[in-house]
Amino acid sequence: MRVVIAEDLALLRDGLTRLLEANGFTVVAAVDNAPSLAKALREIDVDVAVVDVRMPPTFTDEGLRTAIDARAARPGLPVLVLSQYVEQLYARELLSSGEGAVGYLLKDRVADVERFVDAVRHVADGGTVLDPEVVSVLLSKAAANRPVDRLTEREREVLGLMAEGRSNAAIAGRLFVTEKAIAKHTNSIFAKLDLPVSEDDNRRVLAVLAYLQG
Amino acid sequence: MTTTALAGETMSTPIDDPYPLPPRRRPSPLALTGLALVYLILGIPTLVVLIVVTVAIPFVALGIGVPVLVMFVPFLRQLARIHRYFASQVLRTPVPSPYHPRTSQGVKIVVQDWARDPARWRDLGWAYVSTTLGWLLSLIPVTLLLGVVWFAIFPFIYWVTPAGVFDMDWWVVQVHDQQSSFSMWIAAGVCALVWWLLTPPVSRARARLDLGLLSPTRSELERRLIEVSASRSETIDHSAAELRRIERDLHDGAQARLVSLGMSLGLAEQLLTTDPAAAARLIEEARATTTSALGDLRSVVRGIHPPVLADRGLVGAAQALSLDIAVPTSFAAVVPGRAPEPVETAMYFAVAEALANVVKHAHASAASVDLSYDGMRLRAVVADNGDGGADPAAGTGLTGVSRRLAAFDGTMVVESPAGGPTVVTMELPCVLSSPKTSPSSETD
Repeated sequence: MRVVIAEDLALLRDGLTRLLEANGFTVVAAVDNAPSLAKALREIDVDVAVVDVRMPPTFTDEGLRTAIDARAARPGLPVLVLSQYVEQLYARELLSSGEGAVGYLLKDRVADVERFVDAVRHVADGGTVLDPEVVSVLLSKAAANRPVDRLTEREREVLGLMAEGRSNAAIAGRLFVTEKAIAKHTNSIFAKLDLPVSEDDNRRVLAVLAYLQG
Repeated sequence: MTTTALAGETMSTPIDDPYPLPPRRRPSPLALTGLALVYLILGIPTLVVLIVVTVAIPFVALGIGVPVLVMFVPFLRQLARIHRYFASQVLRTPVPSPYHPRTSQGVKIVVQDWARDPARWRDLGWAYVSTTLGWLLSLIPVTLLLGVVWFAIFPFIYWVTPAGVFDMDWWVVQVHDQQSSFSMWIAAGVCALVWWLLTPPVSRARARLDLGLLSPTRSELERRLIEVSASRSETIDHSAAELRRIERDLHDGAQARLVSLGMSLGLAEQLLTTDPAAAARLIEEARATTTSALGDLRSVVRGIHPPVLADRGLVGAAQALSLDIAVPTSFAAVVPGRAPEPVETAMYFAVAEALANVVKHAHASAASVDLSYDGMRLRAVVADNGDGGADPAAGTGLTGVSRRLAAFDGTMVVESPAGGPTVVTMELPCVLSSPKTSPSSETD
């Protein structure tokens, strides 16, 4: 898989390159500023981009903006955004830039190499990966009259893990139940969130979106 | 001074800037005459406002005077502000704004506030003097300059008008043909000399007249000084406490975790050959420790300067706040530009504290955050539909907010009747930079 890495700190950029190459990715470009990232995403054929939010020249949220712009030009371009901190505002902006193929993780998550690599693959395959911190804030939101309120405690837990980008098998493993039980929960979630039955895997993304849009 | 120079100047100085910078050069008689002309023109709206306000005051008791005053008193203040500014430029002295800060909202209470503020009454007194004596003073330089022009072009006028119309036969001045009409140039010269000599002192007299009525009295300045010193020492105390808290957080949190991380890794290094399984466990532990150390650092950074605030400025950061809290919160902002960074930070923490109170105390099911700018003040209104009964005097977080805002001459007004709803209005005077429209509105 071909990856573009955008990270301004050389130490982290080299670390990410090493980590991803050790796990079978090909790093086709590793850039340290937003204009180079935009150029790379325009000109190089990539499977996924791993992007830091804050980058030169202004050291604000240029990475995020560049990624969203690139997705506007190439819909569905898989982008995994890494950040020193997570902001719901940014998660929303990313998610509303087209269905799926986005990820938003705290930089800390890189330390758990296996899960991080899984997340990159998941995003490259068109999935959605949200940081557990974003998900937990969403879960704690006690809102009135939202479809999400119709969910049971357990279903909410499953939806939370789904938002983190896990497969049914992984969720089953995490909650110590059978995969079949999870399939039952997900179906009930889709029903309660009024998502029509289809073979499309995108229903998982739609469920997460419905959740975020409250 | 010309009017265009003034317009440029007022735009770059904050409205009611207590200390506008005096110009480097003494204004020329021509500039002063231009200013006198501006004074003459300004006399017309001043007279209108003066009459309306004077008539409205007796009707306050009946209620109908109140809305009229609410409409016209700010006009009077703006007129006074312009004159205060001109006078400070002519006399090259700084003039502080004399008004009391606003303490409350609501039409009636605002009028009461004004009635208690001596500066507002002085504005009114000034309007009487300015439209009479002041106006006559300003007339002098303008009339003299018009005289110069008239006498200078007199021969030409004599030439184009039918013979005899402008003939004069006054004692030494005798004009009866084209040639003798040039004698008027002597009058023009005399007039120019008088104008040149008289304009500066007359202009200064007018400026002194305005300032005498419009600048704060000694006791007001003393009161203001006491306020400023109090808010300064509070700000210093507050910053010192903040620094101690940050030091403690770093020392007990991230620093301690990094030490334990070093120990785990050191031990793992030792065990690598003898007991690889134990070494792996230690490395795993070390990884978990880095995550919590990062968490600690993140919370410290948020307390110093929230990253979204750095990225997106106040509007984005306040929007992020309203998204993050557990109560569904609508957000709207119309702020055409960016406030100075310290103002943005102060307002951000004020909004954050107000929202934290909504979550902690209000038992609300909905809240709203509104940011706006009215040309003078950045305003944030945080409202909720909860129980109400919030009391900023009870030594809660709200007291801290109001102190923090006071350091920037800002105000906080809490309206929170028992049973709710609660509306917290926070205002900070400031000037926005880099005008760009960032209207943003979203409902959660």
